[in-house]
Amino acid sequence: MSKKKYSKELFLSMYEDMVRIRKFEIKLTECFMKGMLAGNIHTCVGQEATIVGTCYALEKRDFITATHRGHGHCIAKGAKTDKMMAELFGKVTGYCRGKGGSMHVADLDLGILGANGIVGAGIPIATGSGLTSKIKGTDEVTLSFFGDAASNQGTFHESINMASAWKLPVVYLCENNQYGVSVNIKSVTNTESIAVRAKAYNIPGVTCDGNDVLAVFETVQEAVAHARDKKGPSIVECVTYRMRGHYEGDPASYRSKEVTEEWAKKDPIKAFGEKLLEMDVTQEELDAIDAAMDAEIEAAMQFALDSPYPDVSEVTLDVYASDNERSVAR
Amino acid sequence: MSKLSMSKAIREGLYEEMLRDENVIVVGEDMGTMGNPFGITLGFLDEFGPNRVIETPISESSFTGMSVGAAMRGIRPVVELMYVDFIGVAMDPIMNQAAKMRYMTGGQVNVPMVLRAPIGAGRRNAGQHSQCLEPLFTHIPGLKVVAPSTPADAKGLIKAAVRDDDPVIFLEHKLLYAIKDEMPEGEYVIPLGKANVVREGKDVTIITWSRQVLFAKEAAEELAKEGIDVEVIDLRTLVPLDWEAIKASVSKTHNVVVVQEGYKRSGFAGEISSQIMEELFDELDSPVYRVAGLNVVPPFSPPLEDAFFPNPQDIIAGVKKVLEV
Repeated sequence: MSKKKYSKELFLSMYEDMVRIRKFEIKLTECFMKGMLAGNIHTCVGQEATIVGTCYALEKRDFITATHRGHGHCIAKGAKTDKMMAELFGKVTGYCRGKGGSMHVADLDLGILGANGIVGAGIPIATGSGLTSKIKGTDEVTLSFFGDAASNQGTFHESINMASAWKLPVVYLCENNQYGVSVNIKSVTNTESIAVRAKAYNIPGVTCDGNDVLAVFETVQEAVAHARDKKGPSIVECVTYRMRGHYEGDPASYRSKEVTEEWAKKDPIKAFGEKLLEMDVTQEELDAIDAAMDAEIEAAMQFALDSPYPDVSEVTLDVYASDNERSVAR
Repeated sequence: MSKLSMSKAIREGLYEEMLRDENVIVVGEDMGTMGNPFGITLGFLDEFGPNRVIETPISESSFTGMSVGAAMRGIRPVVELMYVDFIGVAMDPIMNQAAKMRYMTGGQVNVPMVLRAPIGAGRRNAGQHSQCLEPLFTHIPGLKVVAPSTPADAKGLIKAAVRDDDPVIFLEHKLLYAIKDEMPEGEYVIPLGKANVVREGKDVTIITWSRQVLFAKEAAEELAKEGIDVEVIDLRTLVPLDWEAIKASVSKTHNVVVVQEGYKRSGFAGEISSQIMEELFDELDSPVYRVAGLNVVPPFSPPLEDAFFPNPQDIIAGVKKVLEV
């Protein structure tokens, strides 16, 4: 860490968001096991430092695109856990009136341009948001979250090439959790890192410890400042590990237990908690955050359960902004 | 009245919209100095500057996806695919992003973009530069689809497409670009979803769009010499479909031929045919008949290409089959 001074309140807030995301995800796994949740659930357990460190480097007016593993991205960008949970339960009180579900949470007011069910599809959308800021002459930065596997989509190359050519204010944030479903990135990519590809686009590229929230925070801050100063895009790669399967129900038997156990020792929340205790934070303060998050997530789930489903008449609503009825009818 | 070609008419419509609304931008290959291969954006770079005339690398997937992101932020991009055939590398941002964004976000966000794409055979462009592909777009909920047949319509419809808050696919037949026709005076917009009865008749209805409207009119004039009175409907917009216009005409003539240039199998003509069978069966004196392109790869060799898509003689044969004359 640099010598920059950060407040205790900031650190506790970051810790709280990491715990909030973890408990949100664990609650989902429990609900899924009980058969309460429909569809696919991709959790980001183990990746909280990358997510929180990144979003804390952004301003409220900045934009993100999230991924199919996007609950954490949205929460860290300001989404409320009750409306998130309601969305995942398909309820009308959710962020998207229950029509998007786990992979499509969006809130434009919070700068969340949507999670995305297509790997790599958020990268050009973020690039277009960056283009918009350039056209309008405003100073928002757009950050695109994507995984290591998405870095092998054509959209990665095409988008970063354009963003570099036109100096767009975009940060390309690769959450390298090392697996695209079952495939290890090393078995399909022959470079030492993802960030090294930045050289090909003549932009900055840096790799950092994605389980160290402060390292991520500082690294992304630099990339954001670079973008905001109209110096163009950069690639930040955060090396982390997906502690659970690709989705709930995936036993992840394609990975070695030993490696997963090694990463468990590097749990980002545990590590940050220990660091905070070395500063002037007490165990009581951490315990209080833990308890408060338990209560919040429980209440969020209750809110979701108590909320109604959308009326069936909504099935044909909002396909089109104009002439909807006629355009849906035939 | 002045005359303009369709390419000039589209250029004029886009130019007026860019003057009217600074959020309108054009995006695509060769949009700058060259002004696109058909001259659609000639002079735009000088007039509107590089912030609004986005000349892209050959990266159809990402410049289309980028336009979706810009549209979500309030920009109104008019994206050009140099040929509709290139949609193969740009389908995800259209099919999974632009088309679905409003619905998936519960109505939070619109994607007010236009995808312009030249279509059609007859220029000896062979297999990968000659398709129409309307059904790839009409099949996907969330997209509107427009395919004009005249310069006047093209200008009015492109203006409506730019102003529309939904993603609009705007299909321009390459062999219509150079054909000149009279233009209305003053500013005008033609609403999406409004068909045009381009020839009134009482014996049979031909429903079609784009270049085949010209062939249908030609066929109708020939048939008139034989005493067959043909009504020709130019749909102009495929989604939303002007069902009222179809219904009124079918209820009058009781015989229908649907004509399209593109492949017959799973084409939009089949869709129209089904809807008429389902809802207007009692009005019909004969089964609805389709005249359409062959289910083959667009060939290069001129005699083969000429045999690939319908011409006025094929339409005449179709009408005679329906009327059993």
